Amino acid sequence: MLKIFASYITYDLVRLDRGTRLADALNFFIYDTIKIFLLLAVIIFIVSIIRSYFPPEKTKRILSHKKEFIGNILAALLGIVTPFCSCSAVPLFIGFVEAGVPLGVTFSFLISSPMVNEVAVVLLWGLFGWKIAAIYMGTGLLVAILAGSLIGKLKLEKWVEEYVYKIKTGQGQQVFALPFKERLQYAKWNTADILKRVWLFVILAIGIGGFIHGYVPQDFLVHYAGNGNPFAVPIAVALGVPLYSNAAGVIPIVYALMEKGLSTGTVLAFMMAVTALSLPEMIILRKVLKLPLLGVFVGIMTVTITAVGYLFNAIL
Amino acid sequence: MEIKVLGPGCANCHTMEQLTIAAVKELGIEAKVEKISDIQEIMRYTMTTPGLVVNGKLKHSGKPLPNIEKVKTLIKEEV
Repeated sequence: MLKIFASYITYDLVRLDRGTRLADALNFFIYDTIKIFLLLAVIIFIVSIIRSYFPPEKTKRILSHKKEFIGNILAALLGIVTPFCSCSAVPLFIGFVEAGVPLGVTFSFLISSPMVNEVAVVLLWGLFGWKIAAIYMGTGLLVAILAGSLIGKLKLEKWVEEYVYKIKTGQGQQVFALPFKERLQYAKWNTADILKRVWLFVILAIGIGGFIHGYVPQDFLVHYAGNGNPFAVPIAVALGVPLYSNAAGVIPIVYALMEKGLSTGTVLAFMMAVTALSLPEMIILRKVLKLPLLGVFVGIMTVTITAVGYLFNAIL
Repeated sequence: MEIKVLGPGCANCHTMEQLTIAAVKELGIEAKVEKISDIQEIMRYTMTTPGLVVNGKLKHSGKPLPNIEKVKTLIKEEV
């Protein structure tokens, strides 16, 4: 269906000759754009409905006083579906700790939430196939679970700012009940909101795939950071840590890197480093974490993401 | 009446504040709209920002943001 539509536009409406490079590029561009936007719209809509059943207050209750490890797994999974605005990280952190969610479990949640989400997964699926998307999701969860458990094991509660333990939360524990009709409305609103924020990045990414593909020769990037270089993964991670972007924003770069022949593990590690760790996030988290704990957090994340990158370069 | 918009200062919180100011204006009521960015003060009400507090009562928290009609209703409930 979509293929026919894309061909119709390319060859009948725009009247490009079949088999030319430009026609192929345009055909591919139209087809991919429609495919990815359809995928995005449908999946974000479904996830939004699921999401409306997991407000942070409920997630907090589920995770409260959970055992380590099982708690870490649950937290990483809930991180995918619990909606929160990036600037809520600090109040969420305090709320979790106050409700008796173990520190390591709280971290699993905070790590998984920005890194593993439906936008990232759909974009990877649409551009590189479901395998890469599944790998990203699986390893993203793994990183969140491992890093969270490690932080829990190290017993670093003393490096959380003291005031966090003194805050008493008030009436905000209530969950505003929603009728199903409002959940649908929320899902519609959320889908539109996300699409509005990501469409440019998506077009950019597909554009890179469609038009640069074949035109640009593989260059120094591959020479220095290709498969042959054992330091490719740490270099990619080190570059990604200070960079800040959401999953959609990093996708054009990810596509370009893949096109340039960087290996999958290296690129996925780069994407994780960009979405999960960033300077602005450090500054926000510094409000609740003392410097040593912040350092441990960044250290553990960097190591686990790098390990995951190596793992995939070895397997794939 | 006293209205507080809770938020440490991101785009959503800013939108919420603008919405609230506009809602108060449209309702034509006397109200003080205050933006709260102090984390301890926010935590007294909710952990999911942006939040809307009318006369000390939490009326909304988190995403999705309500539209202006909803904000007007939430405020009117406390008049």
